[in-house]
Amino acid sequence: MKLKTLASAIALSGATLIALPSMAADTIKVGVLHSLSGTMAISETTLKDTVLMMVEEQNKKGGLLGKKLEAVVVDPASNWPLFAEKARELITEEDVDVIFGCWTSVSRKSVLPVIEELNGLMFYPVQYEGEESSKNVFYTGAAPNQQAIPAVNYLKDELGVERWVLAGTDYVYPRTTNKILEAYLKDMGVAEEDIMINYTPFGHSDWQSIVSDIAKFGSAGKKTAVVSTINGDANVPFYKELGNQGISSEDIPVVAFSVGEEELSGLDTEPLVGHLAAWNYFQSVETDENEEFITQWQAFTNDPERVTNDPMEATYIGFNMWANAVTEAGTTDVDAVEQAMIGQETPNLTGGIAVMNKNHHLSKPVLIGEIQDDGQFETVWETDGVVPGDAWSDFLPGSKDLIADWTDPLKCGNYNTKTKSCSGQNY
Amino acid sequence: MKLFLSFCLFLSAYITPALAASAETDALLQQLTQTKLSKMPAMVHQLEATGDESLLPVFRAWLAGDLHYTRDDNILVVEVDVNGVDTYQDPYTQATVAGLTSKQVRKIKVNNKLRGLLRGVIARIQLTSSDADVRESAVRALLADIDDETFATLERIYPTEPNKDVREMMHTALSIYTAQDQNSSQTVRLAAIDVLGDSLENDVRNVLFSLERSDNEVISNAATQALVSINRQVERYALVDQLFFGLSLGSVLLLASIGLAITFGVMGVINMAHGEMIMLGAYTTYVVQLLMPNYIDYSIWVAIPAAFLVSGLMGVVIERLVICRLHGRPLETLLATFGISLILQQLVRTIFSPLNRQVSTPSWMSGSWEINPVLSLTLNRLYILAFALLVFFALVMILKKSSLGLNVRAVSQNRNMAKAMGVRTEWVDAMTFGLGSGIAGIAGVALSQLTNVGPNLGQAYIIDSFMVVVFGGVGNLLGTLVAAFTLGIANKFLEPTTGAVLAAILVLVFIILFIQKRPKGLFPQKGRAAE
Repeated sequence: MKLKTLASAIALSGATLIALPSMAADTIKVGVLHSLSGTMAISETTLKDTVLMMVEEQNKKGGLLGKKLEAVVVDPASNWPLFAEKARELITEEDVDVIFGCWTSVSRKSVLPVIEELNGLMFYPVQYEGEESSKNVFYTGAAPNQQAIPAVNYLKDELGVERWVLAGTDYVYPRTTNKILEAYLKDMGVAEEDIMINYTPFGHSDWQSIVSDIAKFGSAGKKTAVVSTINGDANVPFYKELGNQGISSEDIPVVAFSVGEEELSGLDTEPLVGHLAAWNYFQSVETDENEEFITQWQAFTNDPERVTNDPMEATYIGFNMWANAVTEAGTTDVDAVEQAMIGQETPNLTGGIAVMNKNHHLSKPVLIGEIQDDGQFETVWETDGVVPGDAWSDFLPGSKDLIADWTDPLKCGNYNTKTKSCSGQNY
Repeated sequence: MKLFLSFCLFLSAYITPALAASAETDALLQQLTQTKLSKMPAMVHQLEATGDESLLPVFRAWLAGDLHYTRDDNILVVEVDVNGVDTYQDPYTQATVAGLTSKQVRKIKVNNKLRGLLRGVIARIQLTSSDADVRESAVRALLADIDDETFATLERIYPTEPNKDVREMMHTALSIYTAQDQNSSQTVRLAAIDVLGDSLENDVRNVLFSLERSDNEVISNAATQALVSINRQVERYALVDQLFFGLSLGSVLLLASIGLAITFGVMGVINMAHGEMIMLGAYTTYVVQLLMPNYIDYSIWVAIPAAFLVSGLMGVVIERLVICRLHGRPLETLLATFGISLILQQLVRTIFSPLNRQVSTPSWMSGSWEINPVLSLTLNRLYILAFALLVFFALVMILKKSSLGLNVRAVSQNRNMAKAMGVRTEWVDAMTFGLGSGIAGIAGVALSQLTNVGPNLGQAYIIDSFMVVVFGGVGNLLGTLVAAFTLGIANKFLEPTTGAVLAAILVLVFIILFIQKRPKGLFPQKGRAAE
C-alpha cells in the first residue's frame, strides 16, 4: 500500500514536471468535438451547447484548480475521417486537457487510434453497441445491457411478448445490438421463426412494405413487439406509416433506443403516442436536480420550450465526474485523471448515484417510458437500482469471456478470463 | 350484488338523466384523480361496473389523453383545442369552464394497458349505439378478448340486430367464443371454426393459430384447414397490396423526376439543384401552414400554386444568372448547379434551422381506405398517386397544345432554326427551366406529406430522379412515366425477399446493365431530333 502511494506520488510529480510547460497557460482547455453541420448536426449541436453551459457553470464556481476553463469548439461536420483530424488538432495544436465529443459509433471508431496514440482523454456521451473499452475513453452513455436488454425484459415480462421484430438502420450500432439481442432471445428459448430482422438505409422514407410485413408477422397468434434501432429522421415516416396502416401501440408496441425528447420536439407526436423508448433519463422525471438542470438549460439557450434528453444527462454526468477527478488528482494530466475517474460518484438527474466503474462505463438506472402527445415520456417501468455498464456483452460468443479493468494489476480493456491474457488494444 | 348492479344499470339508463353522473360514479371519479397509474386498471373495472353509460365521454377523453382534473378542487375537465388555444370543458355538458389554464390542471395518466381496457369498455357501451357503423366497429374491437359477460350480451342482442354487416360481425364474435369454449360439444365447436374460416379478421387468425396448437386433434385439424383457406385469400390480397406499394413508390419517383425530364430531358441541362427545387416546394408548404394554422385542411390547395411560383421563379433566376451563361458546356453547368444546390441547402439551414420542420397532414389525407381487414390502402399515398398522374397529363398537354410547348419543342429540336423563325430562344429557355423547377416545387408539396422536410430532402431524390429519366429515355415524357412505375414496382416486389438495402442495389445494377444494352433508355428519341 505504502509502496503504491509512493509510486503514484512519483508518477504524479513526474506528470506535473512534464505538464509544466502547459501549466504556464492560465486556463484549462476543454475540447468540444461535435458536428455542427451535416446530417448529425441536429443531435450533436445540443451536446456542444451542453458542454458550453457546463463550462460556464464551472467558471461561475471559480473554475478548476484555481484556473478558468476555456472551451475550444471545432466542427467535424458529420464527416467521420474529419473527426480524427479534428481530434489530432485539438490535442496537438490546441493542447486541450479533455475532449467531450462524438455521437455515431463510426466517428468514435475513427477518433480512437488518434486519442490512444497521443494519450488524450475523451468522454463519449451516447448509448452505443459496447464491445469496446479504451484507456483513453470514458463511456457515459448506455451499453446494450443498460438499454436494449432491460427493454427486452420489460416487453417479455410485463407485456408478454413472444414474437420479435428487430428493425434497424444499416450500420454498426444496430447490427451489433441486434446480434446481441438475437443471441439473448435465443438463450431465453425464443425460436428462430419468432424473430424477424430487418435493416434499412439511413433516411429511409418508404416504409409501406416493411410495416405491412411487420403487421403480417404480428398476426400469428402471439403477442408481437418491434425493437427499433432505427436512427435519425427515418423514424418519422416509420411511425407515420404505422399509424396510417392502423397498427396501434396496443397491438404491436415499438420500443426505440434512438428516439428521445429532442427528436420528438420536431414532429407530430400523434401517431407515436403509446410507443415506448428505453433510456437512462427522461425530462419528465421529477427530481430537484433535474428541475434545476432543466431551468439552467432553458435559461442558457434562452428558450423556455427547449427540451433535455439522455445524451445531455450523460454529458452532464461525465463533465461533473471529470471536474471532480481533476480536483482530486490536483492536475489535468491524463494518466492521473484517468485513475482518479474510476470510482467517481455523482448524482444522476433521475435520482440515485452514478458510479464510474473499472471498465470506464457507468452504473446507471434504466427507465422505460411511453411517448405522450406532448412529446414527453411517461415512465412506466424502471430498474430497482443502478445497472453497471458491461463493456463486453455476455451474450456474444466472441466476447463472453472478455472483461475490461483499468485498475492495477490488470490495466487491460479486453482481458480474457479463460486464457488469462490481455490481447492489447483492438478496435 | 348482481341484482343490485343490474338495478343500478336500470336506474342510470332509464331514470337518471343522461347528463349527470350518479353519486356513486362521482365518488369513484373523485377517487380516480388520486389514483396511481398502477391502480388505475382496477378503477376502470369499477367504473364500468356502475353501468353508468353517461360516462362514455369521460372514457373517450381519457383514452385520447385529454382528461384532466383541476389542481384546486379535483373537478374533471376535458382539454379541447379551440383555434390553437387549450380550453377546458365539462365532460358531460361540453360547457367551457372559463378561466382555466394549463397550469391549473393535471392530466389523468393513460398507458397502453389502460388504453386497451378503455377501448373494451367503450366498445361494450357502444354495442347498443343507434349507428350501425359504430356498432360494427364496437364488435370488431371486442373480437380480441370476449369474456363470458360480453358473450352473454352479444348472444342476447344478436337475434334483434337489424343490420346485416353487424350481424355477421357478431356471428364471428360468437363463433370465436364458442370455438374456444371447452364446455361446448365438439360438433358445435367445429361448426364455429367453420364459420371462422370465412373471416379475414386479424383476431380470428390469432384464435385459429392458438386452436391449431390445442391437444384435441380434431379441433386442431379443423383450425389448420380454416387457416389454409384464410391464408389463400390473404396472399391474394397481399399481392394487390404490393402492387399498390409499387405504384405508390412509382408515383413518388414520377413526381420527383418529371421536372427533371423537362430540364434535363428536353433542354439537356444537367441540373444538380433539381432536388433543392423539390425542397423549396416542401418548405413552401411548411410556410403556408405556418401562415394559416387554423385551415390546415385547405393549406395544400394554397401550397401547390405557391410552391410552383416559388420554385419556378427560383428556376428562372438560376437560368438567367448562371445556366444561360454556360450554354453548351455541360461539365461546367453540372459543377455550377451543384454549387447552387449547396448554397440553397445552407440558405434554408440558416433561415429555418438545420432541424427538420413539421408539416401537418390534412385530416382528409390521413388514415386509410379499408377494403377488407387485410387490404387497406393508405389515403395519403392514394391521393399522391392520383396527383402525380394529374400533374403528368397536365404537363403533357402544356407541351403538346400550348404555344409555349410548341416553342419548347422547336428550340429543343433545332435551336438555330427556331431562332431564325423568330422564336425568342432565351425567353423560351428561361420559361422551360422555370416550368421544370415549378413542377419540382409541386412535387415538394406532395413529398412533404410522406417524408421529412429538412435541408437534405432534395439530396435523397436527386439520384433517383436522374435514374428514372435516363432509364426512360432522355427527352421522352412517356418514358419517364413508364420508367418511374417500372422501377417502383420492381423495387417493392424485390423488397420482401431481399430487404430494402439490397433491393435498391439490385435495381441500380439492373439499370446499369440495361443502359449497357440500350444506351438511350426505354424510349429513345428517333429521327433528327435524336442527333
